Amino acid sequence: MSVIVPLTLHDALQALAEAPDATLLAGGTDLMVELNAGHRQVTDVVSLSRVADLCTWQHDPVRQVLTLGAGITYAEIATEPIAQWVPALAQAARTVGSPQIRNAATIGGNLGTCSPAGDGLPVLSALEAVVHLRSATGSRDLPFDEFMVGPKRTARLPGELITGVSVPVLDGWQGYSKVGVRNAMVIATASVALVTDPAARRVRLALGSVGPVILRCPEAEAAAATAVDFHAASVSDSAVEHFAELARAAARPIDDHRSTAAYRRHAVGVLAGRLLRKAFPNG
Amino acid sequence: MTEAPVRDQLRGRLGDSIGRPDGVAKVQGSFEFSGDLTADGFLWGATLRSPHPHARIVRIDLSGAWRISGVEAVVTADDVPGKATYGLISDDQPVFARDVVRYVGEPVAAVAADHPDTCRRALAAIVVEYELLAPLTDPERAIDGSHEPIHPLGNVVRHQRIVRGDQTIEGPVVVEGTYHLGMQDQAFLGLEAALAVPDPGSDGVELFVATQWLHEDRKQIAACLGFAEEKVRLTLGGVGGAFGAREDISLQVHACLLALRTSRPVRMAYGREESFLGHVHRHPCTVFMRHHAHPDGRIRRIEARFVFDGGAYASTSSAVLINGITHAQGPYKCEHATVDGWAVRTNNLPCGAMRGFGVVQACFAHEGQMDKLAAAVGLDPVEIRLLNAMETGDTLITGQVIENVAPVARCITETAALPLPSEPVGGHDGDPLRLPGGSGLTADRSHIRRGIGWGVAIKNLMYSEAFDDYSTARVRLIDGVASVKFATSEVGQGFVTIAGQIARSVLGVDEVIIEPIDTSVGSAGSTSASRQTWMSGGAVDGACRLVRERLFERVGAANDIDPLRLAIDGTDVVDTEGTLRVPVVEASAGDPIDETFEHHHRPTEDLDENGQGNCHTAFAFVAHRAVVDVDPELGLVKVVQIATAQDVGRALNPLSVVGQIEGGIAQGLGLAVMEEIILVDGHVRNASFTDYLLPTFLDMPDVVISLIEEPDPMAPLGAKGVGEPPTISSTPAVVAAIRDALGKDLARVPVRPSDICL
Amino acid sequence: MADPMGHHEQYALHVNGHTLEVRDAWLGESLLYVLRERLGLMGSKGACEQGECGSCSVTVDGRLVCSCLVLAATAVGQQIVTIEGVAPVGSPSDVQQAFVDAGAVQCGFCTPGLIMAAHSLLERSPEPTEMEIREELSGNICRCTGYGRIIDAVQRVAVSRRDGGAR
Repeated sequence: MSVIVPLTLHDALQALAEAPDATLLAGGTDLMVELNAGHRQVTDVVSLSRVADLCTWQHDPVRQVLTLGAGITYAEIATEPIAQWVPALAQAARTVGSPQIRNAATIGGNLGTCSPAGDGLPVLSALEAVVHLRSATGSRDLPFDEFMVGPKRTARLPGELITGVSVPVLDGWQGYSKVGVRNAMVIATASVALVTDPAARRVRLALGSVGPVILRCPEAEAAAATAVDFHAASVSDSAVEHFAELARAAARPIDDHRSTAAYRRHAVGVLAGRLLRKAFPNG
Repeated sequence: MTEAPVRDQLRGRLGDSIGRPDGVAKVQGSFEFSGDLTADGFLWGATLRSPHPHARIVRIDLSGAWRISGVEAVVTADDVPGKATYGLISDDQPVFARDVVRYVGEPVAAVAADHPDTCRRALAAIVVEYELLAPLTDPERAIDGSHEPIHPLGNVVRHQRIVRGDQTIEGPVVVEGTYHLGMQDQAFLGLEAALAVPDPGSDGVELFVATQWLHEDRKQIAACLGFAEEKVRLTLGGVGGAFGAREDISLQVHACLLALRTSRPVRMAYGREESFLGHVHRHPCTVFMRHHAHPDGRIRRIEARFVFDGGAYASTSSAVLINGITHAQGPYKCEHATVDGWAVRTNNLPCGAMRGFGVVQACFAHEGQMDKLAAAVGLDPVEIRLLNAMETGDTLITGQVIENVAPVARCITETAALPLPSEPVGGHDGDPLRLPGGSGLTADRSHIRRGIGWGVAIKNLMYSEAFDDYSTARVRLIDGVASVKFATSEVGQGFVTIAGQIARSVLGVDEVIIEPIDTSVGSAGSTSASRQTWMSGGAVDGACRLVRERLFERVGAANDIDPLRLAIDGTDVVDTEGTLRVPVVEASAGDPIDETFEHHHRPTEDLDENGQGNCHTAFAFVAHRAVVDVDPELGLVKVVQIATAQDVGRALNPLSVVGQIEGGIAQGLGLAVMEEIILVDGHVRNASFTDYLLPTFLDMPDVVISLIEEPDPMAPLGAKGVGEPPTISSTPAVVAAIRDALGKDLARVPVRPSDICL
Repeated sequence: MADPMGHHEQYALHVNGHTLEVRDAWLGESLLYVLRERLGLMGSKGACEQGECGSCSVTVDGRLVCSCLVLAATAVGQQIVTIEGVAPVGSPSDVQQAFVDAGAVQCGFCTPGLIMAAHSLLERSPEPTEMEIREELSGNICRCTGYGRIIDAVQRVAVSRRDGGAR
């Protein structure tokens, strides 16, 4: 077994070029659980948490784009200044595990694991984030919805690193809600991210923990776009109910030990409706 | 650090709120828990467990494990030198499964090796060929005989009826319900761990272990090892919580066996998943209850049927059953009863002791019934309970007369008098963390409904059914220093604190040394059943009194005074009829005084075939009022406040009592809204802290407490056990509050979101 | 010991101000395991091995983390502080003493992790509100106390520091 702790992106890419199938270790909050339990044997590990180039963020005020390095932690996302640009992502960040977990867990790690219950992912989906990938030989960008291809499966190729993710800084209301049985430190049994883009007159909705991937809801989004009045920040009760119904219809949940498919479907409808009402508080 | 607390610590007498003597070591990380103990040249031990709930073992091939470098021992049922089975009440549980496995997690083999990962690979290399058998997972099928016996002793562990009074009484008011409780885990944080050190020549063994009862462990270990008991010496390793789960042995025999096999010290330490499989749990239980009452709400007769799922082995199921059925009436007057109770064997995880011990199950049912009865006769939850409240001198459905202090009505009225939360839903600051859903930001105030609910409980203290229960303590006094020796397991509850307070109070000393807790003194019995303050407190008190008598004799002889005139005043011996005043330090100089005392509680009786008999020793009472906020659409709950008044007899250390109450309520709250081991066809689905959820800081509400201090003349120090009652009626109080918020019947715990909103 | 991959690795960690050699290690070991089993620092406790209980909390370069989720070999060159580094034996810190005095300790297994978390909280937020205490300590599970006395202990420290009590 080998453990490599590169401090620069160049060294990290070099290490990965030499061992394309190496296990990538970010904050450790997923991989270490499996190692401790003996559920996973690893041979080569490349640790990314100390790659300085990955631990930066950039806000482009002209293009209104925020780029987060893969090593940015959820603790950083939950606080200013990042929180002001992507409030829904900050809300999601605050629900990730515990303070200890948020200090370690990174946005890149969340993307790398790509669990349907990953708290940041519905927001990235609703924001139509772009995932940046690099290898020793090149780089490419993928829209989030193309990056996540299944439960804990991504389009990342051997030898590739997630270097970061870019999201638009929008001026409309956005929010994230997550249901778990406990009032803190709980894995989502259902989660919803809603993002409004007044300039484009769009409402975007993404669902977590109710399908093999994060689910976007085009029908609900289309219905909302016509039903809401962006100027008056209003939407009718019946439109909210219709929106919730379409969110429920978009869910593809399963029964497991954490909840039932029926509850999950019900819950995303409730959350979607409540978020739409928050975004457009006037009746 | 200021000086005051240290001085208080040294001088703390009975009634003082002093901190723990092991507190500084615990906050600095230097306190040694059993998992921290190590020895030169030690090996790690690990256990191979059955992946099947019920299967025949066709073949075990150990050769793969032996081939791994670093493996020093591999043992199976064939290597157990003494008795093949063990158990607290009935020795029906194999040390290692031989022919059949009866639950997921049953030990099949164990290895000793040089590193935990070597152990892991060795276990993976053992080949066990199983022939799967149909698992018995429905307890009703254990009763109706429709499933083959899964154990030579049969599928029914115990059946007991209680039949009292007029069996023909019906109505006029009748309410009934069927209640179900899921399987709760004790989830102590300090995982099972031990260090076994073989004597030279493997002629005996010393075990450092976290347990609730050293002497009972020794008895069972020695029998399985084929040793005389004195060849097995136990010392308490620091215990990281217990709550019933350490009453049965788990890794004890395995660790000793591996140490004896290898002639090297062996450390064993379970991980969390293994811990879920490796100890007994709270019994899942289904209770049917029907109450017959007068039109004004007075209870006439109860009918009840209890089915406790004991899992694969007996553990304490028969005693849990008796506790359940004998508490079916709750803390309420009731003259006529028809109760039927079963404890059965299934291929689910074995169940045994957990805080509340059968009474949790009874209380959830009888409190649900009291609210139904209140609604049926037009009373509120407080009125119905006060109307029926039990008193000293009342006769229970077992025919036993309550001789203890029984301030049931006072528990209820003092709880009712505690202030309700002053803050509105969501609090004055509107912090979303105060709402159901917490940081998930699922709701705002407008979605939330508030409810209030009640729970009141009676709990037996100490052991029952003719068990000769006792505890031993030895006290030695010299130069004003008292050394106290006992085998009482300190599991976190604070007996070491109380023991010092007793010795200081009785002997007039400041300095007390608590000697190592081990089997070199007589048994203390188990740290369970809310019994140690009463039993071991009684033993320490008794030994101190004997020492004090000798001290007075000595001072009397030296001064030619009748020793009966002497008393302790502060740290002096004084003549109550004269002027003599001798410091205890001086009076006890030079020559040690050493006394041992065994405290026995009064005898109890077995129940007869109709469930009649003075089977319990003593009782304590408690009331809880819960306030909850509920999101009816999402089914999420936030408990806002718990108020409680508890009958404690006498608070020997009020701070410690508060700790027991708040901690017990947290476990009751957990059972009410989140804690359950989920089993599907005998397989555990959530054996981790990611999926078995415990209450966090954000789930526990403010707790408002009133201690009811009416010293009980039956108790050696006037103090009743306080550990279990908080866990018992807090659960039904929370559920009643959720029902109140929703106007919906909820008959099962934990209450799941889908139970509320779908 | 026999390493499964045949390696006998050696590296150094910087713990509580000292550089400590880790010998014959298997690289798959967590920081918690290495602290306890290789460096003899038994104060950090493991109760879940998956970051759900907080008993193993330490700081790495000033950040509070679960040591069970840190691959030990990746912490080379970082400043690690464990419960043993909080205060000298027998001279508890104000937080530690407050835990004892307030009755915040029962079995004590969760306590070292909570002490680390409470120190970390009070450094960032000297006068936390009750809700802040609850949220910031919510990654530390205690099964004995029901948390009430722990909140009291943290509040006592905040008050005594504000009023000029000794650090």
